[in-house]
Formats: sequence, structure tokens, C-alpha cells
Amino acid sequence: MNLVDIVFYFFAVIIVASAAVVVLSKNIMYSAFSLLFTFFGVAGIYVLLNADFIAVTQLMIYIGGILVLIIFGVMLTTKITGLEMKTGITGKAQYAIGGLSTLVLGGTLIYVFNSTSWFKSPSVPTTSTVEAIGASLLTNYLLPFEAASVLLLLAMIGAALIARRK
Amino acid sequence: MNEILWLLLIFGIKAIIIISFVMLCAAAFVYLERKISAVIQNRIGPNRVGPFGLLQPFADVLKLFLKEDIVPKNANRFYHSLAPIITLGVAFSVFAIIPFASYLKIGDRVIHMGIAPNINIGFLFVLAMTSVGVYGITLAGWSSNNKYSLLGGLRSAAQMISYELAMGLAVISILLMSQDLTLTGIVEAQKGLKWNIFLQPLAFIIFLTSSFAETNRSPFDLPEAEPELVGGYNTEYSGMKFGMFFLAEYANMAAASAIISLLFLGGWNFPFIYEWLGFANGSVELVLVQLLVFLAKMLFMVFFFIWTRWSIPRFRYDQLMNLGWKILLPLGLLNILVTGIILMYI
Repeated sequence: MNLVDIVFYFFAVIIVASAAVVVLSKNIMYSAFSLLFTFFGVAGIYVLLNADFIAVTQLMIYIGGILVLIIFGVMLTTKITGLEMKTGITGKAQYAIGGLSTLVLGGTLIYVFNSTSWFKSPSVPTTSTVEAIGASLLTNYLLPFEAASVLLLLAMIGAALIARRK
Repeated sequence: MNEILWLLLIFGIKAIIIISFVMLCAAAFVYLERKISAVIQNRIGPNRVGPFGLLQPFADVLKLFLKEDIVPKNANRFYHSLAPIITLGVAFSVFAIIPFASYLKIGDRVIHMGIAPNINIGFLFVLAMTSVGVYGITLAGWSSNNKYSLLGGLRSAAQMISYELAMGLAVISILLMSQDLTLTGIVEAQKGLKWNIFLQPLAFIIFLTSSFAETNRSPFDLPEAEPELVGGYNTEYSGMKFGMFFLAEYANMAAASAIISLLFLGGWNFPFIYEWLGFANGSVELVLVQLLVFLAKMLFMVFFFIWTRWSIPRFRYDQLMNLGWKILLPLGLLNILVTGIILMYI
């Protein structure tokens, strides 16, 4: 077991353990804060894979944006913090639906993992990943990039519209 | 494997030096804050412990360590203890990428004057870390189970998120100028007197205002507005846990001053003195002079932070939000547009 393996398992344990708390916890605040550690662990794995830009984006968007909004939503909702959530299995229908969605999701992930020809990253860090990512976003992947920006703009306008309607 | 251990050793030593430096800075800034506020308000300030009261911050820390640590009965113990750790950890982690001078050359080995000043993502790391800093404060506010703490935490989180955007936009125009994401590269681009404060005055004003808001310093210290919120997110903290928040505030101020000096005041650049002194690149003398220049600029920014706090009254909350979203954000966008156009045609 070399150093990279040790670091990988360190982050993997953090991710799995905190993700388990997210799912199993009966207190919604615990779930929300536990998600913080999951995101952090994923960012750590990205750094380990030499994908420093993705790691920072992960921190900025998931931790700095999405999770803050979730926690805001939870904190601003009265009486939600003391609420007991149902986390166990309560009926046969849930067994079926849960099992099916797990199978579909897991199957898709395993299929994609096996069918993609993965790019092996060189062991020496490349000089600047940021420049390469920026260049390909504005040349090869311009259309998806612009489509995503239009989608985000729509979401933003929609959010502002809903917030303003009093 | 040996090479990795060697690297770990170097990073470890650097980290220890820099963390002790930041701790010392925080202590010194507490003293400075009290002395400068005393001068501004025509008082004497601390003068009992040590010569000129210089040992006052150490006495304060000792007192905080000896105090009883009180956790409210209905507080969430785990998160209540975790919050100050996150806050202080994030405040220190920003220093991981701050270069204090260029490089030192001993034999064939080039030693950079910072823990990792040359990572590719550069300034993005600072933005990411400040967005993590929100959690310490929100967590403190929520886990204390006190409405004043909760309101303080919420205010602070909202304020930091709002001003992060303006801050990021101001930095984009700087990155356009330097064509480099690393802080060392940004400093190198400001050689001589090509400081960004002269080339990008609007970005400087936006960034400065946002850093006041990000560090929760007056005139934007609404998260701890005493008349409304008792003490804000740290109301229910005592002993060294309170001390950690206090330390983090000054460490954040040190980080903000260092970053402003690097991005806008040219870092260790200073016109003429390097040509006049003529030291070789990588020599110890050059690094020392660079360190002095950089620390002088940093100290000036700290003084500016303190000076502002004791001169300007606090904003109202709606004024704060209006300033952030309706003035600084559009100005930041405009600045990027103008910078882009100018860089394209010149």
C-alpha cells in the first residue's frame, strides 16, 4: 500500500461515513452539515487525481453555493430543526421503489464505468489545467457551455420572479 | 518515496513557521487595534503588562485559557465545539498559497517563500476557502440554540455570500491583466510601479469593500452588531472557544491584508530599490528585503482596516445588501467588460 492508496482510502472513508449520516440521520440539520464532509472528501479525491480546478470548483459551487442554500432553507424554516424524519423502511411499496431505483442507478454507473475508455492521467502534474479547460470550453464544447449558461440564466430569472411576487 | 517524505518535511516546516507567524500577527494586531483605537479616541490604551502594554495580548490569551468553558444546556455539543475549529482552520488555510517573497536558492534547490504559492488554481483557492468560512459561523449560530446567535450567523452567511460575488468579479479583471492565476505570477506582472491599484482602481475599491464585508469588519460588522444582537454568532461562547473566534477574526484580517497587498499593491515590488541594491535573484538578502517590503504593505493595510473601524459607523442591513448587489456587482461586471475591451485593442 503506497501513499496514494492511503490518502485515497482516507478520503473514501470520510465520504462513505458522512454520506451514511446524511441518509440515516433523523435530524435534518445533521444531514445538511454532514453533506459538507461528503463534498470535502470528494474534493480531496479530485486533488488526488490532479484535477485541482475541478476540486476548487467543487468547493466553490457545492460547498459555497448549494449547501449554503440548503442550510439557509433549513434554518429559516420554523420548527424544522426539531422534526423527526422517517429514515427506516415503512412499507413494501417503498422496498420495491427503493430497490428498483438503486438497481437502475447502480447499473447505469457500473455500465458507464466499464464502457468508458478512461484517460490515464500522467503521474507528473500537468502545468496548467485551468488554461486547457478554459480553451476547450470556448472551442470544442462551446454549445453545451452556452446551453448550460442559458439554463442557469433562466433559473436565476425564475427565482427572482418567484421571490418578487408578494 | 524518499522524495515524497522530503517534500512532506519541507511543507510541514513551512506550515509550522507560517502558522506561528499568523498567530503572532493576530496577537500583534489585537494590540495594534487597542492602541490605535485608543489614540483615535484620545485614550492611552493597554499600558500595564510589559513595556507599553506589549504583553497584553499574551495575558489575554492566558486569561482565556484559564476561563471556564461554558456550553449552553440546549446547545448541540459536538457542533458547538466544531464551529470555532472550522472558523480558525479556514482562516489559517488561506495562508497556504500566500507567497511572502519570491524564491530562495540554496545550491540547486529552489525554496519558495510560502507553503504552495505556485499551485495552478492560485487565487481560486482563496475564494473556495472563504466560501467554506461561512460554515463555521453558521454552525456556531445554529448550534448555540440562541436566537441572537442564529440571527448573527444568518446575517454573516448572507453577507459573505453576497460579497463573495463582487470580490470574484474584481479579481477576474486582475487575472485578465496578469494572464496568470498564481499569486506569484500576479505579483510578477506588477513589476516596478505597474501596481494594480493604479491600473485597476475600480477593482481595488470593489475588492477592498468586499474584504471588509468578508472579514466581518466594521463598517460591515453586522453579524456582531452589539446593540441588536448582544454579540452575534459568538454570544454563547466562552473561554478559549471564544478566543478562537477572536483569533480567527484577526487571522482573517491578516489574510485579507496580505491578499490586497499581493493583488493590488504589487506584493514585494517597489520601484527603484531593487535596481539600487542590485542583489542577485534567489539570494538571502533579496528575499529579506522583499519580505520587509511585503510586510510593510501588509501592515499598512491592517492599519487601514483598524483606522476604518474606529472612524466609520456601522451600515444598516438593507444598505449593506443594496451596496453589494446593486452597486458593487454591476460595477464589477462593467470593470471586466472595460478591461477586456482595452486589453483586446491595445
